[in-house]
Amino acid sequence: MKDHALTLTVNGAAHRITVPARRSLADALREDCGLTGTHLGCEHGVCGACTVLVDGAPIRACLMLAVQAEGAEIRTVEGLASGGTLNPLQQAFTDHHALQCGFCTPGFLMLATAMLEENPAMEEAEMVDRLSANLCRCTGYTNILRAVQAVAAARR
Amino acid sequence: MSVFGQSVMRLEDAPLLRGEGAFAADIDFPRQIHMRVVRAEMAHARLVSVDVTPALDLPGVIAAWSAADVAEVPPIPFRATKVRGLEPYCQPILAQGRVRYVGEPVAVIFAEDAAVAEDAADLVLVELEELPALLDAAAEPTDFDATRNTEPTIVRKSYGELDAAFRDAHVVVALDLAIGRHSGVPMETRGAIARYDAAQDVLELHGTAKKQHWNRDEIARLLGRAPSSVHLFEGHVGGGFGVRGELYPEDLLVCLAALRLRRPVKWIEDRREHLVATNHSREQRHRIRAAVDAEGRILAIDNVFFHDQGAYIRTHGARVADMSAGLLLGPYRVPAYRATGHFRLTNKTPAATYRSPGRFEGSFVRERLMDAIAARCGLDRVEVRRRNFVDVSEMPYARPLDALGTDVVLDSGDYALLLDKALARFGWDARVADVARRRAAGESVGLGLGVFVEKSGLGPSDGVRMTVDATGAVELVTGAASVGQGVETALAQIAAAALGVDYRRVRVVRGRTDRIEFGSGAHASRVTVMSGSATHQAGLALAALAKQTAAALLQTPEDALEIVDGVVRRVDTPEGASVTLGEVARALAPGTKLSRDRATPGLTVESWFHSDHMAYPYGVHLAQVALDRGTGQVKVEHYLVGYDVGRAVNPMLVEGQIAGGFAQGLGGALYEEFRYDERGQPLSTTFADYLMPTIAEMPPLDILVTEDAPSPLNPIGVKGAGEGGTNAVGAAIASAVDDALGGRGQVTQLPIMPRDVLRFLAEGAA
Amino acid sequence: MKPAPFDWHAPTTLAEAASLLARLAPEDGRVLAGGQSLLPAMALRVARPPHLVDINRVAGLDVLAVEGGLLRIGAVVRHVAFEKPVAPGPLGALLAEVVRHIAHWPIRQRGTFCGSLCHADPAAEWPLVAVVLEAVMLAHSLRGDRRIAAVDFLRGLLDTALAPDELLRGVEIPLLPQDACWGFVEVSRRAGDFAQAMALVVLRLDAQGRIVTPRVGIGGVEAVPRRLAVVEAVLEGQTPSAALFAAAAEAAAGAVDPMEDAAYRRALTRTVTLRALHQACPA
Ligand SMILES: Cc1cc2nc3c(=O)[nH]c(=O)nc-3n(C[C@H](O)[C@H](O)[C@H](O)COP(=O)(O)OP(=O)(O)OC[C@H]3O[C@@H](n4cnc5c(N)ncnc54)[C@H](O)[C@@H]3O)c2cc1C
Ligand code: FES
Ligand code: FES
Repeated sequence: MKDHALTLTVNGAAHRITVPARRSLADALREDCGLTGTHLGCEHGVCGACTVLVDGAPIRACLMLAVQAEGAEIRTVEGLASGGTLNPLQQAFTDHHALQCGFCTPGFLMLATAMLEENPAMEEAEMVDRLSANLCRCTGYTNILRAVQAVAAARR
Repeated sequence: MSVFGQSVMRLEDAPLLRGEGAFAADIDFPRQIHMRVVRAEMAHARLVSVDVTPALDLPGVIAAWSAADVAEVPPIPFRATKVRGLEPYCQPILAQGRVRYVGEPVAVIFAEDAAVAEDAADLVLVELEELPALLDAAAEPTDFDATRNTEPTIVRKSYGELDAAFRDAHVVVALDLAIGRHSGVPMETRGAIARYDAAQDVLELHGTAKKQHWNRDEIARLLGRAPSSVHLFEGHVGGGFGVRGELYPEDLLVCLAALRLRRPVKWIEDRREHLVATNHSREQRHRIRAAVDAEGRILAIDNVFFHDQGAYIRTHGARVADMSAGLLLGPYRVPAYRATGHFRLTNKTPAATYRSPGRFEGSFVRERLMDAIAARCGLDRVEVRRRNFVDVSEMPYARPLDALGTDVVLDSGDYALLLDKALARFGWDARVADVARRRAAGESVGLGLGVFVEKSGLGPSDGVRMTVDATGAVELVTGAASVGQGVETALAQIAAAALGVDYRRVRVVRGRTDRIEFGSGAHASRVTVMSGSATHQAGLALAALAKQTAAALLQTPEDALEIVDGVVRRVDTPEGASVTLGEVARALAPGTKLSRDRATPGLTVESWFHSDHMAYPYGVHLAQVALDRGTGQVKVEHYLVGYDVGRAVNPMLVEGQIAGGFAQGLGGALYEEFRYDERGQPLSTTFADYLMPTIAEMPPLDILVTEDAPSPLNPIGVKGAGEGGTNAVGAAIASAVDDALGGRGQVTQLPIMPRDVLRFLAEGAA
Repeated sequence: MKPAPFDWHAPTTLAEAASLLARLAPEDGRVLAGGQSLLPAMALRVARPPHLVDINRVAGLDVLAVEGGLLRIGAVVRHVAFEKPVAPGPLGALLAEVVRHIAHWPIRQRGTFCGSLCHADPAAEWPLVAVVLEAVMLAHSLRGDRRIAAVDFLRGLLDTALAPDELLRGVEIPLLPQDACWGFVEVSRRAGDFAQAMALVVLRLDAQGRIVTPRVGIGGVEAVPRRLAVVEAVLEGQTPSAALFAAAAEAAAGAVDPMEDAAYRRALTRTVTLRALHQACPA
C-alpha cells in the first residue's frame, strides 16, 4: 500500500502532495492542499457538497481518487472570487439569500459554474434538473435557483 | 429608516461563499489525533465482551477503549422538565452490559490518521448475544434492564369535564394516526475536536453548537472539572434543526481522550454513522378522540399516544412527548382535554427534538381530526376550523395546561384573520372550482389545509454584552448560538436600530463560553425573541450612555441629542457639533475623567431579558396536490405558507426560514423515513435510502408573512420564525391527498407512500 | 467513511491491463472505471478490493463510433457522452432520453456505460437498454476476446458472465431502423434515483399499421432486466389501440416476479409498460 507523490493543479496553482491511493480528491484538497472550502456531506456520491470542476466538468470529489486527478485542471470554490471581489455567481447567492448555513454552498457554486459555462441559455426545467444533483437542507432551494437564473440572464 | 424590519443582506455570507468557512471538519490543531467509534451491529444484545487488542496492534493506533476504560464517567444527563425518574434510562458513553440499538458506541479507537482509525475499528472484536428487539412503541413494554421496563413514564395532562363531554357529545370522532421516524439530517455531520491546554489548565471543545453553556457545565461535571476551566467554541455550523449541539457520547469521549492522551483529538462523524447515531425524531402513534356537538364544535379531546423514544433518554428528557401533550390543541377552543402520553423505549436510535418538535406531529393529528369532524358533521373543512378558533377578543388566552414547565398562555393572535388572508392569497375558492373540473375529467386532485400555533421564545433569561470600541465598531457578545439561520444579521439589525449605527458595524460573538458566563444557546426559536430583546435593551442602554457622555463632551443637554450612523449630534442642528461613538468610547476609557464617574469604564453595557412565558406565532398551510393514478406518486402543485411572526426583524430571513422549513416538512410528509427490518437493523443508512427532497421535488411555494399580532411579551414584538414552515406540512399535504382520494379519511400515516396511495385509489374505486 | 487500503495500478495499454488483471484478479483485484458505483461501495467498506486496476488511462478505450451498422462504445465512455445523440436515427435519440434518468449530471461525467453493465444493478438503465437492443459485450483477457450477448452477460443481481480477470473492453449496439418507434418510461422516488420500475419498448409498424417485431423490456423489478416474450406476443401483428396496450400492460404486470413489494411493483410494471407503449406509438 505505497504512497504516491503527485502534483495537483488547483485553481492554477501546483500542489505537490504525497498520498495513499485511497485518498479521495476531496480529502486531498482538504487535508493535503489546505483547501477546506470543498465540503463532505456524505462521502458516497449523493449530496454534491464536494462538487469541484475537473477539466471543466463538475464531478463528485468524494468519488474520484486524488491519484486520478494528476494532470487535470481542478477548480474549487476558493478560485471563484478575484481578490476581494466576489464573482457574479457568489454575489447573486448573497443577493438572493441562496445560502443559510453555507455548508452546501461551495458545491452548488461549482455545479452552477459548470452549468452556466455549458449553457447560460438553459431553460428553467433543465436548470432544475441539473441542480437536483445537490442537496441543501436549509434553503428550500428556490433562492438558489433564483440566484443562478439571475446570473444566466445577465450572461445572455 | 430603521434597519429593524428591513431585508438587508446577511453579514454571514462572504466567508461561506469564498470557501473560508470554519466548520467542524475544517478545524485542525498541531499533533492532533483522530477518533473512530466502534458501533453495535445488533439492535438488542447482551454485550459479552469487547476485545480491542487486535486494533492496538495496528501501526498508528494510539489507544483503544471499551466501557471498562471509561466506567467513571456517568451517563449523559438531560435537561429537566417536570417529569421525574428518567435518570436510569440515560445513555452511557460506551455501552455497558447491553447494547440497545444498532449504532450504539461500544468502543473507541484513537489513531494518527482518520483512515487508520477506521481500519483499526474494523479489527475490534465485539461479542454479542442477541436478544429480542422491541421495535413498536405501541406494543406491550418489555424489560429495559433487570428491574425496569421500557416505559419510563406516562406524560399526563388534563383539564375540564372530559367524561361528561363524551357522554353528551353529538358525535364522537376517533382516529388512529401515526407519524414516521425522521429527523433533521443537516448537511454537515457532527464533529468534535477537543484540546487540553496544559499551560492554562483549560479543556477546549470545538465544533460545538446550540447549547454551549449547558454542555460546558455538564462536561465539566461529568469529567470532574470546574466549569470555568472548560471552554466551548462554535465555528460555522452546517445546519442544526434540533439535532446538532446536544451532548452526545462522542463529545465526552474526545474531551476525555484529550485530557488523558494529552493530544488534540478530532472526531468527524461520517454520514452512515450520522443516520444511526444522531438523534432521530417524530415517531409517534396517536389514538385520538373528539367529542363534538351538532354544530361541529369541539367539546373535548382525548389524546392517547405512544412516543417512540428509541433506546435511551437523551438530553431532552421527555420534552417532545411533553409538547405533544401540552401543545396539541393549536388554535382551537377545547373545553375539556386529556392527554396520556406513553413515553416508551425501543431498540432504535434515541430520539429527541427536530424542527417544530411535537408540533409537526400534533398538527398532523389535530388537523386530521378537524377534517374528520368536518366529514362527520357534513361541514366544509374551512368552516369547521373557523367555528372552533380561539377568537382574537379572547387574547391572551390561557389554557389550563403547561408545556415545557410553563403555562400555555396564547399571547396574541387573530387566527381567523390569517386564515382569510391565506385563503384569499392562495385563491382557494377558484382552486376549489378548478379541482372539481379536473376531477370530473378523471384526475385525482385535491386541496388541503392545516392551521397551527407555534411556540417560541422559551425563557427564562438571556443576556448580552454590547461594547463600542475606540474606532466605533460594535461588538455584541451573546450567549445565544447560531446554527446557520442568520442570527448574526438579525441581532446586528436589532442592535444597530436601537443604538443608531450601521448594522454592518456590529460584530456578533456567539457560541463561546469563554466570552460570556451565561447563555441559553439556540433552540426552540428562542434567539430572536430572547437574545433579540436583550440586544434591543442593550442597544437602548448603550445609546443612553453615549448620549449622556456626549452631552458632557458637547456641553449640550442629553435629550437634545440623537445618534445617527454612529455619530452623536444635535437633533435640531444635525450639521453642527458632533462626536462619533468611537470618540465617546475613548472618552470613557479607563482613567479618563468621565469614566471615573461610572462604576465601570468603557462604552459598554450588559443587559438581561427575562420572560416566564412563550410567545406563540401561528400559521396556515394550504396545499394543492395531484395524484398519479398509475404510480401513486403525490405531486404538490402549489403550496402556501401563511405565518404571523409578530414582527419580522428581516423579512428576507424569515422567508428563507419558512422555505427551508417547508422543504424539511415536505420530506417528512412524503419522502423521509428511518426504516428498520424485523430484527431492528436500520435500512436507511445512506443518502440513497434516506430520501430528502431535492429541488426537483419542491413545488411552487408562496409565502405570506404577516405582522398582525406582535407579541406583548417582549419590547420588540417578535415571535420566533424558525419552525412555522415545517409545522403543518404533514397536516396540509395529508389533508390534500385525502381530498384527492375523495375525502374518505384514508390517509392516517406519514410519510405518505406511493404504494399506499395506489392502494387507497384501488379501495376507493372498489 | 474511508476505503480500506488498496494498491492502485494505472495501465496505459490494454495488454498491460489484461496482464495486471490476470495477476491481481485472484487476489480480488478489481477494475476501476468511472468509480461511481465502486468507490461509494468502498467508502462504505462493503467492497474492499486490495488492488484496483484503473482503466481510465488505457489507450483506445474511449471509442464511441458508428461502424458497420453498429454503435461501438468503449470501456471509458462516460454516461454524459450520450446526452447528445451519438448515433443517427432512433438509437441516438433513445440513448439521449434514457441517459437523463441515470443519476445526476456530475455522476454522469465520470460513470461509464460499460461500468454500469459490469456493475449489473437491477435498477440501472443501461442493462435494460442492452438487453432490449440486443447489445453484444466484448470481454477481454490474456486468453483473448469473447463476445457475449447482453442476455447472457447479465446473470443476476450484481452478477455478470465476466470472469474475474476479464475486462469489458466495449459494447456494440446494432443501430435501430429509421422507422423504429420507441418509448422509455421510468418511475423513481425522486429525480435521479434508481428506478423502481422502467419499461423500454421498441417496435415498428408495417404498411398496414400493424406492430412488427415488438420488443418490450422491464427493469428495476426483477434481479435482472429482461424482455417479456408474453407481452411481445400480445402485441405482434396487432393494430395499436388503447385496449391492446392495456392488455399488453396487464400481461407485463402478470409476467414479472418482483424482488420486493410485489403488488406495488406489479402495478408500476403495468403503468410503465402502458406509458412506454403510448409513447412509442400514439394509439
Ligand atoms: C448518487 C448516485 C446515483 C446513481 N444513480 C444511478 C441511476 O439512477 N442509474 C444507474 O444506472 N446508475 C446510477 N448510479 C451508478 C452510476 O451510473 C455508475 O457510474 C455505474 O453504475 C457504474 O459505472 P462506473 O464506470 O462508475 O463503474 P465503477 O464504479 O468503476 O465500477 C463498477 C463495477 O464494475 C466493474 N467494472 C467497471 N468497468 C468495468 C469494465 N470495463 N470491465 C470489467 N469490470 C468493470 C468494477 O470493477 C466494479 O465492480 C448512481 C451512482 C451514484 C453515486
Ligand atoms: S460528499 Fe461527495 S457527494 Fe456527498
Ligand atoms: S445552506 Fe445549509 S445546507 Fe444549504
